[in-house]
Amino acid sequence: MLLTDLIRHAVGATGTHVGCEHGVCGACTVQIDGEPVRACLTLAAQAEKLDIRTVEGLEPRPGELSPLQAAFREHFALQCGFCTAGILMSLDALFARKPKASEREIREQLSGHLCRCTGYAPIVKAALAAQAHVREEKTTDA
Amino acid sequence: MTINPSADRWVGRSVPRVEDAALLTGRARFIDDLPTATNTLDAAIVRSPHAHAEIRRVDVDAALASEGVVAVVTGDDVKRLTRSMTVGVKANVECWPIATDRVRYVGEPVAIVLATDRYLAEDAAERVGVDYDILPAVVDPVAALGDEAPVLHPSLGSNLINERRFSYGDPDNAFAAAPHRIGVDIAYPRNSCTPIETYGVVAHYDPGEDAYEILANFQGPFSIHAVVARALKVPGNRMRLKTPPSSGGSYGIKQGVFPYMILMGVAARIAGRPVKWIEDRIEHLAASVSATNRATKLEAAVEADGRITALAWDQIEDCGAHLRAPEPATLYRMHGNMTGAYAIANVSIRNRIVLTNKTPTGLNRGFGGPQVYYPLERLMQTIARTLKLDPIEVIRRNLVPSDAFPYRTATGALLDSGDYGTALGRAIAEGGYAALVERRKTARAEGRVYGIGLAAAVEPSVSNMGYITTVLTPEEREKAGPKNGAQATATVAVDPLGSVSVKVASVPQGQGHRTVLAQVVADALGLDPGSVSVIADVDTGRDAWSIASGNYSSRFAPAVAGAAKLAADRLREKLKHVAAGQLNTVPDDIAFEGGRIASRANPDNSVSFSRVAAAAHWAPGTLPEVVDQTIRETVFWTPDELAAPNADDEINSSLCHGFIFDFCGVEIDASTGETRIDRYVTMHDCGTILHPAMVEGQVRGGFAHAVGAALLEEYAYGADGSFQSGTLADYLIPTVMEVPEPVILHHETPSPFTPLGAKGVGEGNCMSTPVCIANAIADAIDAESVTLPLTPSKILGLIAGEEPQAKNPPRKIEPAGPSGQRKLTGEGAAEVAATREEVWKMLLDPQTLDAIIPGSHGVRRISDTHFAADVTLGVGPVKGRYKADIELFDLDEPNAVTLRGKTVGALGFGEGEGRITLTDIGSGRTRIAYTYEAGVGGKVASVGGRLLDGAARVVIGQFFKALANHAGGGASGAGFLARLKALVGGGS
Repeated sequence: MLLTDLIRHAVGATGTHVGCEHGVCGACTVQIDGEPVRACLTLAAQAEKLDIRTVEGLEPRPGELSPLQAAFREHFALQCGFCTAGILMSLDALFARKPKASEREIREQLSGHLCRCTGYAPIVKAALAAQAHVREEKTTDA
Repeated sequence: MTINPSADRWVGRSVPRVEDAALLTGRARFIDDLPTATNTLDAAIVRSPHAHAEIRRVDVDAALASEGVVAVVTGDDVKRLTRSMTVGVKANVECWPIATDRVRYVGEPVAIVLATDRYLAEDAAERVGVDYDILPAVVDPVAALGDEAPVLHPSLGSNLINERRFSYGDPDNAFAAAPHRIGVDIAYPRNSCTPIETYGVVAHYDPGEDAYEILANFQGPFSIHAVVARALKVPGNRMRLKTPPSSGGSYGIKQGVFPYMILMGVAARIAGRPVKWIEDRIEHLAASVSATNRATKLEAAVEADGRITALAWDQIEDCGAHLRAPEPATLYRMHGNMTGAYAIANVSIRNRIVLTNKTPTGLNRGFGGPQVYYPLERLMQTIARTLKLDPIEVIRRNLVPSDAFPYRTATGALLDSGDYGTALGRAIAEGGYAALVERRKTARAEGRVYGIGLAAAVEPSVSNMGYITTVLTPEEREKAGPKNGAQATATVAVDPLGSVSVKVASVPQGQGHRTVLAQVVADALGLDPGSVSVIADVDTGRDAWSIASGNYSSRFAPAVAGAAKLAADRLREKLKHVAAGQLNTVPDDIAFEGGRIASRANPDNSVSFSRVAAAAHWAPGTLPEVVDQTIRETVFWTPDELAAPNADDEINSSLCHGFIFDFCGVEIDASTGETRIDRYVTMHDCGTILHPAMVEGQVRGGFAHAVGAALLEEYAYGADGSFQSGTLADYLIPTVMEVPEPVILHHETPSPFTPLGAKGVGEGNCMSTPVCIANAIADAIDAESVTLPLTPSKILGLIAGEEPQAKNPPRKIEPAGPSGQRKLTGEGAAEVAATREEVWKMLLDPQTLDAIIPGSHGVRRISDTHFAADVTLGVGPVKGRYKADIELFDLDEPNAVTLRGKTVGALGFGEGEGRITLTDIGSGRTRIAYTYEAGVGGKVASVGGRLLDGAARVVIGQFFKALANHAGGGASGAGFLARLKALVGGGS
């Protein structure tokens, strides 16, 4: 069984989407132990005992968007939203690993994702804004 | 942005989208997310590997006997239970959603396997045996018209399914009088906007009522509902169609899901259980729908100053293997505006529609626009080049004059509003055209390859449902009865607590309709948009809808949002009377603001909106005489301007006509042929802007599709009709790295024909941008003729000055190896706990081979050294069943043997040779060393080389591992197993 089928149809977490089942579009990206992974190229068995995080895990509390999600809404970085879950999981993993990722690095991360609606520019903007917001928050906290 | 939103209105402001919270948190409900009845079966479709073949036999016994399989549906079943789909022209041809006697394109459905889960359905689908007699195929539209061409539909007699000639004004005289006759010859390629969500259908059939209920991520137009109901042989009211709340993009493509509604409806009927089918990406690329490819000759009669007095179009439209509804709409959507943004009085048009061994075509963003504007705007550049004029002047001199609106074109469109000259002037000034010309000069002085391109276009929106009938002769139309209009519907309702709901049949796929409708209705009723709830998906059994319903022809802002405004206004007028009674004033004194209804004269005299609005529920007896109810208003709106084509074949094909003027600068890397878009400026007149950020989103999204169409994307077919862009690794879609950020400008001239003054804006750049980029590239490399997509290799060919391209070049298949196949080589070794003699025996024993060949379904001995096997192999996403033929040579028992094998399957073919050497390493153990060289061709060869090499290594590795296990375990894989692990473990 594919990890996507397990997540979507056995667990019922349908926020992770399947766009190509051959690892190109990136819509199915989830985090396994913090690393972004194409769930469509992963067998469910390979993820045994590992920590899987999906888009359903991004909200701090039900009804409250994370800074990254909020930035996507503010910058109109999604239209149909089908590819969005994968992009969010990918950027979230990048920022966890590299809070000060450059625009170049953000673009490189995004280049593993296909979006047919937005033309990408608003996604880049949202990612940069979310990053700035998180950094600001961290500075304030400290 | 040039928008100054009015402070007291929600329309015109970029409010956050109400859609986004659900989409961002994984709570949105797409079709595959919705629950199904517990007895629902999953469908897997068996598809044709051949472009053209007679079906001899379909053997479903093995599939039926497979685990979990409930039924297998074939073409015969579908023919028995349905009727041929309606075809939009008068022609003696049948159009089925599944092959009945003959397959006509790669990917055409042949059988449907229904099983208790998708895995079982797919496994069983591989066991459906189909015998084909392969026929010659034709893929080029011009070649399809030749006498020698194989005919797809014998009943038609040829591949030409329709031809019409039109003449407007006096083109012959204009051409005779003009000093110049300048033309272009274009082959526009096939491409598709490929939504990231594929098709999905869930079908129920109730034999008690002979009724179908079908859920599909269909997008409209709902005229297709009639096609489906007719095909299923039920009245419209027994064919209930629902759409899911969310749909993952469409760009027109999801119109093409409808044949699968018919198929799954029949499947549910045969199985006696609900059936669900979710298309996979491979199916989507091969067999959903794409835009048409078109061969066009366009000539202009031109004055010395570049003014055009006549156009002569000769278009050969390639609709693929069947003319499926709503085709030939791609060819006729633009009929009213075949003169683009220009005032040209004389036009002749010859339209031919041909069928070829390719997937049937359908809606795709820009629908008919790219195929028209590519020739037209290449022509404008060619005129400038030929007459040595400034291309901007050639465009400017031909534009429809600003004082001429509304302007009737030669072919019948009524251009609603515009000020093209001013918009062009502003684009040049604000977009920095002069600086771009300087940039080109500097670049060229430095020896760089730099060019500038221009394009002007009229972007039609809100299709006239009658334009397609222009394909019929006036006499045929007379018989069939007139078709016209574009019914838009909207319902505004008040519940007993006085809150407002809006319901439309617009079926969005991500455009944000719900947000805009909340704005529009909030403005009319003085509410906060957040308090207005909107539903935009459709249930034909419950909702107000008509044939024009749906999400296409950029009709939302001009038509649907307009209808919602009219419904809200109607409710507002009634509420004024109710409120006037409650506030002891007159209706004209009533104002709606901030959730309250107040007297204008005395604003303190007010009452909450909900109290007034709910009165019709709680105390209908208190309503004034003139008010019947304030619970629900449904508006049907169709514009008078959309008349049926007249006896002279003049047709106002669309209600609104936006204007676009684009220019760009590109630089070509002379060593790689790669194009970099240096600057792109796009000026739009889409009438009144309802939501600036969404308009920008539409422009950017269309632009990204267009960049793909210009530089990367093509549905490529081999000469034999094989489909060569069957994965997203082969059909390249622009990523963030390829899409630059365009400069977007607006010049608003509100449409006088729509309630909100808005026009469509979603498709324009798909029309203007491909040719604008092509013009820039042609300018950069000084090429007379360029053909999309302008890939680096194509540009390098043009720069190198190879012989000019043929008019309709047959697509060459790039050989990947000397024999035209992709070459694979490798070597490895494994150690097994068996003697050489034992290993030798195993290698020559069919039973052992069957046990150890990965994916084997049986090995048959033909002679001592010759075996036949049936195997399933997967390479990346391309998995299929193959027949293998293996012979052994150079036997040196028990030291070495050479294996030579051939495989043939639906997805391709391969042949290879390997030498196996056995070495005694003591303690009864043997080292098996192998080298191999193999070639593969067909579909499977289109998979990337890295994938193929990896897959070959994995499969061969599995073979030896299984051999080792069979010999009693103890294999030590040397470097090989480590590599195998690396491949499996590091797969992402």
